[in-house]
Amino acid sequence: MDAVLELDSVVKRFGDLEVLRGVSLVLHRHEVVCLIGASGSGKSTLLRCANLLEKIDGGSISLFGQSLLDERVDPDLVRRHIAMVFQSYNLFPHLSVLDNVLIGPVHALKRRKEEVRDEALELLERIGLRDRADDFPDRLSGGQQQRVAIVRSLAMRPSLLLLDEVTSALDPTLVGEVLDLLRDLAGLGTTMLIATHEMGFARDVAHQVAYLDRGVLVEQGTPEQIFTDPRHESTRAFLERVR
Amino acid sequence: MALGTNGDPSSVTPNLFAPRRRRLLVGRRAYAASALSSVLILGGIAAIFFVAPGGATVRYFFFNPHQMWLALVGDPAKGLSSVGLGLWTNVWMFLVSEVLVLFFGLVIAWTRMSQSPVLQPFRLLSALYTDVFRGVPILIVILLIGFGLPGLNFGFISNQSPAVYGCMALTVTYSAYVAEVYRAGINSVPNGQLLAARSLGLTHGQTMRRVILPQAVRTVIPPLLNDFISLQKDTALISILGAVEATRAAQIAASTEFNFSGYVLAALMFLALTVPMTRFTDHLIAKDRSNRLANA
Repeated sequence: MDAVLELDSVVKRFGDLEVLRGVSLVLHRHEVVCLIGASGSGKSTLLRCANLLEKIDGGSISLFGQSLLDERVDPDLVRRHIAMVFQSYNLFPHLSVLDNVLIGPVHALKRRKEEVRDEALELLERIGLRDRADDFPDRLSGGQQQRVAIVRSLAMRPSLLLLDEVTSALDPTLVGEVLDLLRDLAGLGTTMLIATHEMGFARDVAHQVAYLDRGVLVEQGTPEQIFTDPRHESTRAFLERVR
Repeated sequence: MALGTNGDPSSVTPNLFAPRRRRLLVGRRAYAASALSSVLILGGIAAIFFVAPGGATVRYFFFNPHQMWLALVGDPAKGLSSVGLGLWTNVWMFLVSEVLVLFFGLVIAWTRMSQSPVLQPFRLLSALYTDVFRGVPILIVILLIGFGLPGLNFGFISNQSPAVYGCMALTVTYSAYVAEVYRAGINSVPNGQLLAARSLGLTHGQTMRRVILPQAVRTVIPPLLNDFISLQKDTALISILGAVEATRAAQIAASTEFNFSGYVLAALMFLALTVPMTRFTDHLIAKDRSNRLANA
């Protein structure tokens, strides 16, 4: 298996606060890794660092074996390969659903609008929202918006997908439809790094589960091992609390 | 006391009636009360002009229809300029400055929020610019430009009309205000929008142009209109340079005819220009507010 993303001893500080304290993680092609841990444990920060939305203070990050800390690396080019979906969807409210999906391919990849349009409509079809293509995001439910946000990042044809607690802002009744979409994507071999509080989902879908506690990656293993036989006391205590 | 919702132990059914004095002003009584108080207060203010010992004098010198008409049309034979024609000068100075202000304000705001290291000196300059021109009284800016540039004796820069120097001064000052309005609008767009756009691989410039600015424009329009209303009024200050606009024409009328009704006329004409803009701005703010409430 080839490594897509490699994080090696990543350190991130906000002022005096050390949010990531030497986190190492490898994500292989077609692999789904779920990051679990309490709020504030550094999951979101880790994803943002991987997407170069935050500058790291130590360690290294590489994509397909190429260091992203190299001065010659253009962050805008990196982000075309690493897509990210956020907790609060962050759809662009002034653009229609279709234009939200088109904006990346058309402006970042400079592809022709007519050409991408069909692909975008096809993607919307896949999530059952083709008939909402001309609507504005605020007409959609939270679950629909989040699924559009996922499709928007997929339209960039990324090599990997970072998902930052994408169901945490949703009504409990709408969580299912988003998780189902992620299950489908996992089934298609999508490479994903998922920060999540949905333990059942992590157990189902993940190939690897990593537990973060106050900026330290305490342990990592198969879902089976982490959920049934955690090695560390803090992992056990965390799983006890969320159960 | 016990924890919980135990209510007032002294009674089973609480008294929910408002005190009598507050019960008076509901329904039809409220309308009657507001009508009565309006008549009393507004009528009282108007009555001052009639009962005051100098009332007749003030009415003659300030609210004289004949004098207003004279000031409105002007009389070249007597050396009287027309307030009506003067107002046209105010309008075009406003229109020219408005367009320039919209443009330069954006340039300054854009520069100040740019990220390129090459633009560092310009970032400093634009910050300095907004500090200086928001802090210096506009009258002083008008005087410095209106008398300073002609003093330079430097080709076409030095032989423009007072109205042109006036437009320059208004543009220079209001661009600083408007730059800050733009900046506030840009900052009002949630940070998640920036993150989402950048994570799609859009550059800083593309993010600004495609995502941030279109959203900022909506929040920026009401405060921009507010600034334009005061820009429209401030064109009157150019009279200090000798440009014959409405205020100046009224001043000439006042000193020739020894009657101030021309000023009142000029004030009414300015109101005719600014009140529609004020109402339109309020309408936009109310609409935006109800949109936000509907989406919340």
